[in-house]
Amino acid sequence: MRGGGSELELGKSNLLPAENELELGLGLGLSLGSGAWRERGRILTAKDFPSVGSKRAADSSSHQGASPPRSSQVVGWPPVGSHRMNSLVNHQAVKAAKAEGEEVKQKNKDEPKDVSVHGSGFVKVNKDGVGIGRKVDMRAHSSYENLAQTLEEMFFGMTGATCGEKVRPLRLLDGSSEFVLTYEDKEGDWMLVGDVPWRMFITSVKRLRIMGTSEANGLAPRHQEEKDRQRNNLA
Amino acid sequence: MNYFPDEVVEHVFDFVTSHKDRNSISLVCKSWFKIERYSRQNVFIGNCYSINPERLLRRFPCFKSLTLKGKPHFADFNLVPHGWGGFVQPWIEALARSRVGLEELRLKRMVVTDESLELLSRSFVNFKSLVLVSCEGFSTDGLASIASNCRHLRDLDLQENEIDDHRGQWLSCFPEAYTSLVTLNFACLEGETNLVALERLVARSPNLRSLKLNRAVPLDALARLMACAPQIVDLGVGSYEDEQDSESCLKLQAAIRKCTSLRSLSGFLEAAPHCLSAFHPVCHNLTYLNLSYAAEINGSHLIRLIEHCKKLQRLWILDSIGDKGLEVVASTCKELQELRVFPTDLQGGGNTAVTEDGLVAISAGCPKLHSILYFCQQMTNAALITVAKNCPNFIRFRLCILEPHKPDHVTSQPLDEGFGAIVQACKNLKRLSVSGLLTDQVFLYIGMFATQLEMLSIAFAGDTDKGMLYVLNGCKKMRKLEIRDSPFGDTALLADVNKYVTMRSLWMSSCEVTLGGCKRLAQKAPWLNVEIINENDNNRMEENGYEGRQKVDKMYLYRTVVGTRVDAPPFVWIL
Repeated sequence: MRGGGSELELGKSNLLPAENELELGLGLGLSLGSGAWRERGRILTAKDFPSVGSKRAADSSSHQGASPPRSSQVVGWPPVGSHRMNSLVNHQAVKAAKAEGEEVKQKNKDEPKDVSVHGSGFVKVNKDGVGIGRKVDMRAHSSYENLAQTLEEMFFGMTGATCGEKVRPLRLLDGSSEFVLTYEDKEGDWMLVGDVPWRMFITSVKRLRIMGTSEANGLAPRHQEEKDRQRNNLA
Repeated sequence: MNYFPDEVVEHVFDFVTSHKDRNSISLVCKSWFKIERYSRQNVFIGNCYSINPERLLRRFPCFKSLTLKGKPHFADFNLVPHGWGGFVQPWIEALARSRVGLEELRLKRMVVTDESLELLSRSFVNFKSLVLVSCEGFSTDGLASIASNCRHLRDLDLQENEIDDHRGQWLSCFPEAYTSLVTLNFACLEGETNLVALERLVARSPNLRSLKLNRAVPLDALARLMACAPQIVDLGVGSYEDEQDSESCLKLQAAIRKCTSLRSLSGFLEAAPHCLSAFHPVCHNLTYLNLSYAAEINGSHLIRLIEHCKKLQRLWILDSIGDKGLEVVASTCKELQELRVFPTDLQGGGNTAVTEDGLVAISAGCPKLHSILYFCQQMTNAALITVAKNCPNFIRFRLCILEPHKPDHVTSQPLDEGFGAIVQACKNLKRLSVSGLLTDQVFLYIGMFATQLEMLSIAFAGDTDKGMLYVLNGCKKMRKLEIRDSPFGDTALLADVNKYVTMRSLWMSSCEVTLGGCKRLAQKAPWLNVEIINENDNNRMEENGYEGRQKVDKMYLYRTVVGTRVDAPPFVWIL
């Protein structure tokens, strides 16, 4: 789920009758005027959970950019320590990759084993010019589009979108914005996000960085401020 | 006792080791206060912001061991943003400047840097023991400093930390001659391990009792290590390849057979089931078995292993063991005191690996059970009532039903009665986590019956402020209360401000507490730091007239004698 509006919409259609009270409780928080920003998460019911093994959840960019919600998208739930969570998810990613025949591990007995299949989990994200870094849960995303949308919301602000209003995507991925998304991989190299298959990406990404296009390729003009102002005016 | 010389009194005090007891002793009279403070060896600080290093040193000038805890518990679940605090650096700096002969440092949920570790390693000649639990901020370079400079190092115990693995040569940095290592745990390191250096290290560490390897240590290396260290008591296994040749398994089995002192087994981070049988010879001696990271092993292999473990006291396992597996545990492990069952399927889909039946079976079969952590998909009141009857001795009872708000799956009722039965029967209950569909009623029961309760975790529960009030009014021994996504607000928060004198801390996130309420509390309770954690840059909690309606996303308050902390990041607002 990606915004106040869609949260309420999805919530209404999925909640069982017994949970309507809960929806009201959440709703109170969301309707506050001064833009109280709720943690991205909502109460999920069994209906929301995709069946186990359907890791091929398609790029659902058509559906307002929301991927099939998973219980791990309720922040901090279930209350499993992040170290343990990372280990478990790493295991599942490896299994899925193996099942698809992708090469994730090197099975060469003569060489030291490359055991850094450090899969999904929370990775740090920094945007140039912003002092505070954030963390994004790779497990909670199913595609580049998905991830880009989360990052755009994190770093380029919510428009205070209420029911029905769409967030204009920033297009972090297609080079049309003033920022590019880069990542540091297992080997310590910085690469442009989007070049490798998603599943391979999440097993190798260590860190994310949003840097200015001008820094990335030497071009000057920036009309990011203009875009921001436009966006804020929608609030 | 006043006609005994101080030395005698001090000698008597030496037999009092629990810090709670020593705190009590120090309150008896001035003379005892003085004797006690100069003789206190182990200092425990449950919240690093409740006091500062200077005051610590003034009160206890001669301590040798320090335990510090930083971030609140919910930081384990990523609810506390990066950079919140819990930095150990100022503590180490202050201790280094003083004349304290620090020998042991235990840190939990703190931010540790390589700089801190370097300073630590250089400042205390007799430093012996470093235990880091759920810490972050450092790399293997820091470990290299510790290994190089702490010539008398006995314990290096790294549990579930986030460590930047530079794949350096830290293992080679230990003293070339014999080391005094007793504990070496680096299971949480993600990168490659220099196996040659590791084997050499183990070979020259005759006192090694506890060795926990990371996933980069394969089967054949493990066999060689076991051959060097048959005196091992506590072993954390690394990884196995899928297609291990049976020769390696046999070698391992032969080496393991010689480890007659082995009592604890853990790890199996990537384990091939057929090599698990290499450990069967030692199972009958095991008291602690942790297979909770062994996602590759299915239920039947787990059961085959556990059938041999008749002396088991602590078992940590994944729910892939199933109810059937738990029945085997119940009939085999009659000495069981602590059980933790972790979830494998985090999505909460159709896989009902363990249910209320497993929990009931355990409660019926294991008379010594006093601590449980149980993740499951479903629960019933009837089961909980049975569990309470079978096991009135619980000290820790943590039940996590994966789906928030899930009712009794048979009756569709809230689980109030079930948890009520638990708190009524278990008169020594100190720690409780509740889950599932719960109304204010469960908190009425908790407030009424859980008289010894010290820590309570609440998520997605309750209806009104009354719920929280029942707990605050009833549980006189409450120390740590953590609440998320529950409809408790200012009325409950402000009802009895003096409650926050006896409590260490309170965490409330995604509740109904408002900025106005928090401000009022901060005013009434100057001994508290009331922190508002607000990560979204675009939503500054502003001073305006709407405070009464502006809900606070995360609030963490704790008592302190040193006022507002100076290291808070911009997204933390201390009222």
